[in-house]
Amino acid sequence: MPSFFNEMTDAGSTREHYREFCRWLEQQPADSVARKRAEADLSFRRVGITFAVYGDDAGTERLIPFDIIPRIIPAHEWSMLERGLAQRVKALNMFLHDIYHGQDIIRAGIIPAEQIFRNAQYRPEMQGIDVAAGIYAHIAGVDIVRAGQGEFYVLEDNLRVPSGVSYMLEDRKMMMRLFPDLFARNRVAPVDHYPDLLLDNLRSVAPQGVDDPTVVVMTPGMYNSAYFEHAFLAQQMGVELVEGKDLFVNDNAVYMRTTHGPRRVDVIYRRLDDDFLDPLAFRADSSLGVPGLLSVYRAGRVTLANAIGTGVADDKSIYPFVPDMIRFYLSEEPVLHNVPTWQCRKPADLDYVLAHLPELVVKEVHGAGGYGMLVGPASTREQVAAFRERLVARPDGYIAQPTLALSNCPTFVESGIAPRHIDLRPFVLSGKTISMVPGGLTRVALQEGSLVVNSSQGGGTKDTWVLEA
Amino acid sequence: MLSRTADHLFWMSRYTERAENTARMLDVAVQASMLPQSPADTERSWRALLGISELEPAYCAKYPAVTARDVIDFMVRDPSNPSSIAACVREARENARAVRGALTTEVWEIQNQTWLDLQKHLGNGLLEQDPGKFFDWVKYRAHLARGVTLGTMLNDETVNFIRLGAALERADNTARILDVKFLGMRDGANGERDFYYWAALLRSVSGFEIYRKVYRDVITPGRVAELLILRADMPRSLLACMAEVVDNLRAVRNDMSADTERFAGRLHAELQFARIEDIMQRGLHDMLTGFLAQVYELGNRVSRVFLVPLAA
Repeated sequence: MPSFFNEMTDAGSTREHYREFCRWLEQQPADSVARKRAEADLSFRRVGITFAVYGDDAGTERLIPFDIIPRIIPAHEWSMLERGLAQRVKALNMFLHDIYHGQDIIRAGIIPAEQIFRNAQYRPEMQGIDVAAGIYAHIAGVDIVRAGQGEFYVLEDNLRVPSGVSYMLEDRKMMMRLFPDLFARNRVAPVDHYPDLLLDNLRSVAPQGVDDPTVVVMTPGMYNSAYFEHAFLAQQMGVELVEGKDLFVNDNAVYMRTTHGPRRVDVIYRRLDDDFLDPLAFRADSSLGVPGLLSVYRAGRVTLANAIGTGVADDKSIYPFVPDMIRFYLSEEPVLHNVPTWQCRKPADLDYVLAHLPELVVKEVHGAGGYGMLVGPASTREQVAAFRERLVARPDGYIAQPTLALSNCPTFVESGIAPRHIDLRPFVLSGKTISMVPGGLTRVALQEGSLVVNSSQGGGTKDTWVLEA
Repeated sequence: MLSRTADHLFWMSRYTERAENTARMLDVAVQASMLPQSPADTERSWRALLGISELEPAYCAKYPAVTARDVIDFMVRDPSNPSSIAACVREARENARAVRGALTTEVWEIQNQTWLDLQKHLGNGLLEQDPGKFFDWVKYRAHLARGVTLGTMLNDETVNFIRLGAALERADNTARILDVKFLGMRDGANGERDFYYWAALLRSVSGFEIYRKVYRDVITPGRVAELLILRADMPRSLLACMAEVVDNLRAVRNDMSADTERFAGRLHAELQFARIEDIMQRGLHDMLTGFLAQVYELGNRVSRVFLVPLAA
């Protein structure tokens, strides 16, 4: 039985940054907390903070379970994370600029050329194209876990269309509504200004020569699993929420159809994948995009956030190289560590992985959302054997990592309060400068022993507090 | 504003209005069915109710006979019936969901909560145990949606398109209710029963008390028609609806909307300067049929000019 780092307690005694919260919790009447939880559920349902689950007809709109015990991060830990995140995202943006321009990092022999050019996420259309401010990943959601004695590791860099920030904001709103006294007793750093930061960031990367840019949020539509978040962000920023069919290209510019005729659009915060953006350039069968968008984009007359082709930098096959990127572009040592990773494309690594399958986590290089992965210790002999066949057939499609002893945070479950595994997704904004709000989204695996925190796999969320010093 | 946003707002309020009007008609029909009458009369009045929304063929394809229970079921629960309360509430909520960012939190929450509660009510037998209470609930939720819209939304185009949709739908619904009721008269309710017949019609448009206040006299068909067609101060009259349409069209005016405004303005003016005696003499049915066709055409024009414009 491995031991897990517990966010709240250390060898039986409450950690400093949780003391005030625990004192408060002890003072609460037993049934009041349960009542507040029910109230939270009801309220989320009424507000319609739901997500759609693909392939599930019965419960097409589900709540993401919300846990009322916050995840608390002390100031000094956050300041280290903040430094590490800014450093990492800066290097990733420089990497993206580099591979779509001079490719110094390949010539320096740090990343093999085929890892880039044979990657399905590499977009040749972007080669030599200058994007505003040289920024590709304007919004990054970096997944961070804690393991062992409490060391932080980056699990993955989400640079395409990372989601979840609306839950971060709604969780905070809910906590403040349910337990206002808690916030009077703790110095919790606010996060509500995220939409302001985001709008500022998006405006800062408008095409050259545009003084007062028109920003829009682009959604695949109301049946997308993250539609609530798209609508939420558009509303909070006070900008239009558009679908592909609301936009059209004319005379090398993008316009939206309004009740007063066409109106020019300068910055598109798009929440759909590259493949669906422009049926003339990418998937011809997609009706979600805007015909001709790519050519306007390449001409530098509209900004897409994030840029096209960022997937090549957050792919799990590129992930092992990120610490080297930081050293190469910034001449700094990485503040945040990677999880040790075996690249199954390498014969020696593959041998090791095959010999240790039951104790490893194996992931598809292009996978996301917790689908298509093997968690060795949690799998049956048959599942491991079946996965082994897929791995041997296509080793370059997989990476493997040790099964991390993810940290625990006390969580309300049916039997009372019990430890459950958590992770953390801070959202890093890059434009003319790098900015972020303190904390991020904490996801929690609600099933006992489970390490999978994805909402599509039954994960929940917690409010995340960064305590001000 | 995005054309698609305007389109969703317009239909959100049309469906809310339609749900309310369906509830009103059903409520009155249920009350009327408590009066002593022959089985043939009962069937005729339920059939007339289907006729209002031109739903008799769709109904007859599903049910062998016209009975109160089946008509209520069809008009309340049937998701394939575009005028059923369930379909209207769902569509209103789906349209709101598509543009929830353009709505205040309060407006969206009303739409969402109505949709959630409707499923509860349809599941817990409220409709069967106390239909009046159920219909009151539908009306109340529509009142709430309207009130929250006016009480919380910025008074810009958003509100104009919401009001435009509601006014067009209401004009259509009032005209239909009137038409069917007057056609029903031909087949011969008479004598003291007349009172209940016209009182039911007035109640379905919240007009009974208004009638008393305005006319202070016995209920006559001509006055009922006047009240519901020509009174500018009667909120569900055709004239009041058209005044609302004209006002809101003016507020959202764009480069292409002059013809549409003219069309609506003429319709409004015709009502404004009409006399009920002339209308009754020339034939109420013809007048209402003509009006319905023009309201339909007006809806199409609003769509073309504002909501679903062709690519530039």
